[in-house]
Amino acid sequence: MEGDTLLAVRDLTVALPIGGRLVPIVESVSFTLGAREILGIVGESGSGKSVTSLAIMGLIDVPGARVSGSVRFRGRELVGLAPRTYRALRGREIAMIFQDPMTAFTPVYTVGWQIDEQIRAHQKISRKEARSRTVRLLGDMGVPDPEQVAGRYPHQLSGGLRQRAMIAMALSCNPALLIADEPTTALDVTVQAQILDLLRGLRRDYGSSVLLITHDMGVVAETCDRTLVLYSGLVAERGPTGALFARPGHPYTAALLDSIPPLHGPRPKRLPSISGSPPTPDERPAGCPFALRCTHVHEACAVRPPLVACGEQDVACVLPTEGRPLPPRFVPEFCA
Amino acid sequence: MTPLPVETSSPLIETHDLRMTYRVGRGRVLRALDGVSLAVQAGEVLGLVGESGCGKSTLGRCMLRLVRPSGGRVVFDGIDITAMPERRLRPLRQDMQMVFQDSYAALNPRRPVGDLVAEPLRVHSAPGGGRRNGVEIARRLVELMDLVGLPQAALARYPHEFSGGQRQRINIARALALSPRLVVADEPVAALDVSIQAQIVNLFMDLRDRMGLTYVFVAHDLAVVRQISTRVAVMYLGAIVELGEADAVLHHPAHPYTAALIAAVPEPVARTDGLPPPLRGDVPSPIAPPPGCRFHPRCPAMRDRCSVDPPVLRRLPDGREVACHYPVLGAEPDLMPGLPAFLATGPAAGRPRH
Ligand SMILES: Nc1ncnc2c1ncn2[C@@H]1O[C@H](COP(=O)(O)OP(=O)(O)OP(=O)(O)O)[C@@H](O)[C@H]1O
Ligand SMILES: Nc1ncnc2c1ncn2[C@@H]1O[C@H](COP(=O)(O)OP(=O)(O)O)[C@@H](O)[C@H]1O
Ligand code: SF4
Ligand code: SF4
Ligand SMILES: [Mg+2]
Ligand SMILES: [Mg+2]
Repeated sequence: MEGDTLLAVRDLTVALPIGGRLVPIVESVSFTLGAREILGIVGESGSGKSVTSLAIMGLIDVPGARVSGSVRFRGRELVGLAPRTYRALRGREIAMIFQDPMTAFTPVYTVGWQIDEQIRAHQKISRKEARSRTVRLLGDMGVPDPEQVAGRYPHQLSGGLRQRAMIAMALSCNPALLIADEPTTALDVTVQAQILDLLRGLRRDYGSSVLLITHDMGVVAETCDRTLVLYSGLVAERGPTGALFARPGHPYTAALLDSIPPLHGPRPKRLPSISGSPPTPDERPAGCPFALRCTHVHEACAVRPPLVACGEQDVACVLPTEGRPLPPRFVPEFCA
Repeated sequence: MTPLPVETSSPLIETHDLRMTYRVGRGRVLRALDGVSLAVQAGEVLGLVGESGCGKSTLGRCMLRLVRPSGGRVVFDGIDITAMPERRLRPLRQDMQMVFQDSYAALNPRRPVGDLVAEPLRVHSAPGGGRRNGVEIARRLVELMDLVGLPQAALARYPHEFSGGQRQRINIARALALSPRLVVADEPVAALDVSIQAQIVNLFMDLRDRMGLTYVFVAHDLAVVRQISTRVAVMYLGAIVELGEADAVLHHPAHPYTAALIAAVPEPVARTDGLPPPLRGDVPSPIAPPPGCRFHPRCPAMRDRCSVDPPVLRRLPDGREVACHYPVLGAEPDLMPGLPAFLATGPAAGRPRH
């Protein structure tokens, strides 16, 4: 099993200076990512998804920030790595794509030229060879007429094409790990479905693992092998996607799933909603961070609950330990 | 054939062949709305769905006459407001309000919430004519905070002190200050996290019940639209492709685009089966829409006729309207009583072109 682990994150904590003191934004996040696996990190706005991925990439450049814990990639520790070594790793072994492809491309050069350069930065090959690889990559990403698209500028492409071009650029050096931060959030659903299809195919065609960051539970359910739910900078629940959606073990996961209006079946008269909003990092309670909004809160929740096994998942909640895990969630049969 | 449903009361808002074109340089014209006709009855919630750029916001703005359409008509409560000058529109504006997606941009950051919500009360005169006095305004502000579920202390605070969900409550309070009859909500929950989104969707539903409001609810999220709407209009490239009862349209779509849109929604449920193949291609530019049926380059059901002959919106026996030569029908025969055999089994004969 160890041999198959590509990325092992243990107790990753990122503290940023806010109002003159160091505030832990992300606390003790742990997970592993296997070869050719897609792991989803899901959470609401501000839950620390982007900060977690930036820390893994060595891209937290806020002065005074502190990153602690361990990030092992192919057995090698990344926390504390010299910036130069980190830079060499990025782009070659780890690549990243973002919500807005315009941030990945410079407006003044054609997308083809930029992908060529990316390839040539890591490999000594001729411009012509690089271009033929670029065109092949774009074609693999489902870009129609890739030769012609390579000659266009980023702003001349539709959102979906730009996203495909960015994924092509990220894959140009055959990275073992692709980190995708909200790659489909700005896209329409029909184009999103195409891009998710593409991401699912990467492990088969490129042997890559994907860390997919999103706020959309539906995207996770349809794309990821395993899922990590973040709440206010902490892991609330993690486990195999199927089990987690069928039988969520953390009250937050369960409540979140319930609050999403269903597309099929009878319409609920009212949506079960979660009262209030998540605490910001500096007002996070000392005990369970979900305590302020949880319908199961009781005295024991005043102490920060560790991750414990609950069915196939790990859950940061006291209920399983107290011998009263959540009942299985009601899922109408036509949805399951 | 079964008789068509008869509309009994007159609609609160209706559009007839509504058109909106924008000049986009070098003599090119963008048709943001290309002949939209619909009617919304009082008390109804019409959901407007479609991918970005299909014209949802433009339609909403034209209905409220925030912009002047380039062609066609907008009729509010029986009055043609298409070309009405602003001076005469003003009294009608109290009855029609808009709520936007970006809850922050809509609120002036330098003024306390009480001021922002009171603004429409100060600008517009009271129902009996004349200005409202301070006591009346203060009383109304208290009512409004109560209505949208905010504490009264909120009135003295500033927009940045609130979360996105609370700011959207403030926007809703402001839109409701004058007790409008029609509210056009343009992606009002799109920027909110799901746990907050559920609170605001519930609020919209409660307010409709309590105040007898009529909504045009614009959203790209089909599940949100189904939750709140009585009827749904699906738009593609500036035109309505399907319009009907929310459950009928979303459970048994007749237009191939509606079906593809529904299939593309990622659902947050444990999956046991494979996923349907995604739709090909991107939404084409509204500057140069495809000839014939606008959806034909992406349509899995496309046939020869589709690339030359534009389908018109026509009514099917179950009352919904569809713009397609070969609508998907009869998936649930019991839902379509009286469906003529030729419609249930084969391609429907479209109306002649005009
Ligand atoms: N440079 C910074 N300085 C101070 N606080 C920061 C900084 N960057 C992020 N934060 C805070 O850290 C928390 C987590 O932010 P992060 O961007 O990781 O959230 P996210 O889960 O990616 O949210 P979203 O879904 O909105 O992208 C937030 O409370 C944010 O305000
Ligand atoms: N003021 C404008 N000038 C030029 N084009 C516009 C303007 N407003 C909207 N459009 C165009 O009209 C089309 C419909 O826009 P919109 O109604 O905002 O779509 P939606 O709300 O469905 O995303 C789009 O192609 C958009 O770019
Ligand atoms: S630890 Fe307590 S407050 Fe936290 S999720 Fe579990 S029951 Fe709720
Ligand atoms: S008219 Fe033809 S191309 Fe258009 S939606 Fe119907 S079947 Fe598809
Ligand atoms: Mg983020
Ligand atoms: Mg819009």
